[in-house]
Amino acid sequence: MNTLIAISILGVLTLIAEIFNGRKLIVPVAVVGLLGILGYTISPYNAYDFFFNNMMVVDKFSVAFSSLFIVITILLILLSHEFYKDVPSTISDFVAIKIFLLAGAVAMVSFGNLAMFFLGIEILSIALYVLAASKRLDLRSNEAGMKYFLMGCFASGIILFGITLVYGSTGTFDTIAIYQISHSTTFPLWFYIGLVMLLIGMLFKIAAVPFHFWAPDVYEGAPGLTTATMSTFAKIVAMAALFKLITILLPSKLYELDLTIVVVAALSMLVGNIMALRQNNVKRMFAFSGISHAGFMLSTLLISNNSANVLFYYATAYAVAGLAFFAVVLYVTKNKKHETIDAFNGLGKTHPLLALVMTASLLSMAGIPILSGFFAKFFLLNELVQANWLVLVIIAIIASIISVGYYFKIILAMYTKSSEEELPSVPMIYAVVAVLGLIINIGIGLAPSFIYDLLG
Amino acid sequence: MNVSIILIILLFGALATYFAGDKLAKTVALVISLASFVASVAILNQHNAGISSDFIYKWISNPNIYLASKVDGLAIAMMLLTTALTTIIVWSSFANQFKNAKGFYALVLFMSFAMVGTFVSADAFLYYIFWELALIPIYFIALVWGNGDVEERKRAIVKFFIYTLAGSLFMLTAFIYLFSKAGSLLIDELYLLRLTEQEQFWIFGAFFLAYAIKIPIFPFHTWQANTYQLSPSVGTMLLSGIMLKMGLYSVIRWQLPLAPLAAKTYMNIFLVLSIIGVVYGSIVALKQHNLKKLLAYSSLAHVGLIAAGAYTLSLDGLRGAVLQMIAHGFVVVGLFFAAEIIERRLNTQEIAQMGGIRILDTKFASMFMIVMVASVGLPGTFNFIGEFSLLYSLYNVDIWYAVIGGTTIILGAVYMLKMFQNVMLGEANAKPFAAITLQESLVFVIIIAVLLFFGLYPKPINDLITPALQEIVAKINRV
Repeated sequence: MNTLIAISILGVLTLIAEIFNGRKLIVPVAVVGLLGILGYTISPYNAYDFFFNNMMVVDKFSVAFSSLFIVITILLILLSHEFYKDVPSTISDFVAIKIFLLAGAVAMVSFGNLAMFFLGIEILSIALYVLAASKRLDLRSNEAGMKYFLMGCFASGIILFGITLVYGSTGTFDTIAIYQISHSTTFPLWFYIGLVMLLIGMLFKIAAVPFHFWAPDVYEGAPGLTTATMSTFAKIVAMAALFKLITILLPSKLYELDLTIVVVAALSMLVGNIMALRQNNVKRMFAFSGISHAGFMLSTLLISNNSANVLFYYATAYAVAGLAFFAVVLYVTKNKKHETIDAFNGLGKTHPLLALVMTASLLSMAGIPILSGFFAKFFLLNELVQANWLVLVIIAIIASIISVGYYFKIILAMYTKSSEEELPSVPMIYAVVAVLGLIINIGIGLAPSFIYDLLG
Repeated sequence: MNVSIILIILLFGALATYFAGDKLAKTVALVISLASFVASVAILNQHNAGISSDFIYKWISNPNIYLASKVDGLAIAMMLLTTALTTIIVWSSFANQFKNAKGFYALVLFMSFAMVGTFVSADAFLYYIFWELALIPIYFIALVWGNGDVEERKRAIVKFFIYTLAGSLFMLTAFIYLFSKAGSLLIDELYLLRLTEQEQFWIFGAFFLAYAIKIPIFPFHTWQANTYQLSPSVGTMLLSGIMLKMGLYSVIRWQLPLAPLAAKTYMNIFLVLSIIGVVYGSIVALKQHNLKKLLAYSSLAHVGLIAAGAYTLSLDGLRGAVLQMIAHGFVVVGLFFAAEIIERRLNTQEIAQMGGIRILDTKFASMFMIVMVASVGLPGTFNFIGEFSLLYSLYNVDIWYAVIGGTTIILGAVYMLKMFQNVMLGEANAKPFAAITLQESLVFVIIIAVLLFFGLYPKPINDLITPALQEIVAKINRV
């Protein structure tokens, strides 16, 4: 609870800093502040507390995910420092928005009440609409913002409708009360309709097939750092919230729901990876790759044991690889209008370190061992086999094989082609974030239990 | 001392090579690989003295995964093969000038690390990780330092990578399934499983995809010739000399003992596929104009026979397979080294542009000739012993398998002699051919010495591998 308050205060502070001419201090203060909040969040690790009439519930799940979100936000804010260098007057806005984004994310994983959940999702979404459209004079950014806004509003409306139906059938917004009711009585039909509405709305947010159409366009048009935020941060936040929602609301395993999730997950994996093969724009490619990863993360809902652990590990691995990926992409495509794969030509010769980071991130996302992405897939597939979803395992394997095809396009460009143009020197902060991503990636690959056993 | 010392030497050796810089890289790499070979010999001594070199540590508690090794005679033989060949391969490349040599040699050592890991792992998860890790360095070696047209090379190597990865992922699925049954992936616990015939069929099939692509067995061989041709010689030697043995070794260590019922029921299918590979590889090799491609297809024919021997499920077959794996490893490295020597001087792989080399360099011609006759299995060479046991084991299953499989020797003699005639004999070429250097001939001498020594006295290797293979045959026959 105090985490949320502290984050909000930090956000307000960064806005005020602008007034007092402390522009240079904003990034360091925000990072140090977030580190403090991180320590504060982790310290009562085994806490199980309720706040404000159960509006907020702090448990292992929320603590673990909140910590992950804080770490990702720190990395994103570090990247902002360099990314917005050309427009220094905006840095406080962007940092503040990212911190508020975090506030929304924390609310989304520690809600104890559907109203709180909806508040969280709106804080997150509105911050993202603003970020997507933040390049005011760029037509593509405007288009992306508008598209995202319309689609997002639509999804939010559906979610809200779902919440009201759930309220109508149970008479409460309180998730604990709903959980208790669900174990004593049977629900009327519209409870399930409400559940489906919630599911549809959240599938929009995580960009799973068939609700994925906005993702490639928005990712392509939005400024690079916003794409990074949306594809790594927002996706895993929405996924964690969906996970919590389903596990809390549903009295027991529902075969129909499982079947729906299998279909959606399988389609996401296949469509995402097959479409990504055809892309020449790195951001669009990552959008489709993200769709397939959404499919993978979604299948954690089918698992009965360790499901939260698997999701947490997968989300961590995905986010770390994604951030390292974007740290390199932001640098390489800095002064380019379009983020085509050609931009990576010859990076293996000119910047071996960045090329190494990029290769490791891509291999991790493709699921090649010792990198964390492999373990994420292994844990997931292992539990899926235990839960008797062998069909989905086979589809996931086929999807992974396809994914190698496009991840390797970038690797091939880096190591076999040569570049014509000179790239500017690497900004320190990009290199730091990239290397940090690599270290975390290999680290949690060598010692997977550290992350995997966090949720007990 | 346990076997992890070799892994540590190779892994940190790879790092040391990278940081040694371009000039020193090859020397450092040679020293490291030699050190790993010496350590392997030390492990062998320890094994002969009856001391176990195994290690086992808990790695991940949930799911239950160990860092564990199983160092029996078979694993030691493969480990010795890997470290010895790595040393020879590194040394054979001393005359080459590689761009970014530090990266190149670091990758070679890293690959050796992964391959040794594959051979000694006793936990399926660890084994799988090493198995996949071996793929990354060879991918970059072939891609960055390969020869031929860049676009063509990219296609061939990406195909190779995706093929092998696809096979491996199905193997991973099989392991996950086994884990759900056994609750652990330690090989000894997997051996205890009692699976139904249907389960075994699927598991055998998943393994077969992975191994048939890696070995390669017909019809999964299509990646091979192009990848061999377009890789640098070091990469080709690593691939053909050691890496494809990973597939054959895995058949013996993992596939057959874990799914023996399926192996017995469908034995004929796998024998036929393997033997088709033998005949097909030999016939295609007859028609090749490119020296490295010819050698690639001849390799396809030889490993087909090895796989057939392993699938007979008899002690003779397995022993022949292991002996021939070792013999083939040395011979194929020798052959590709000869191709590399010619390419260094004439700058071509086309057989038509060679010829008459014997007149210019008799020493090289005679050494090439010895390696070549060894590869066709002339009595007195190591390969003869391997091929003889393989054919004998096939004969025990059905005489026709032995007859058709035996064509590998006849056809092998035809295309090899034809190749030798076109490359080495005939009119002297207009191009100059510098005599081979002392260092190059020493590499040959070592390879020839190994082939002749074990050809005349195979007992040490036989004694080393037989107990381990007997144990595996007992596992296969447990149902």
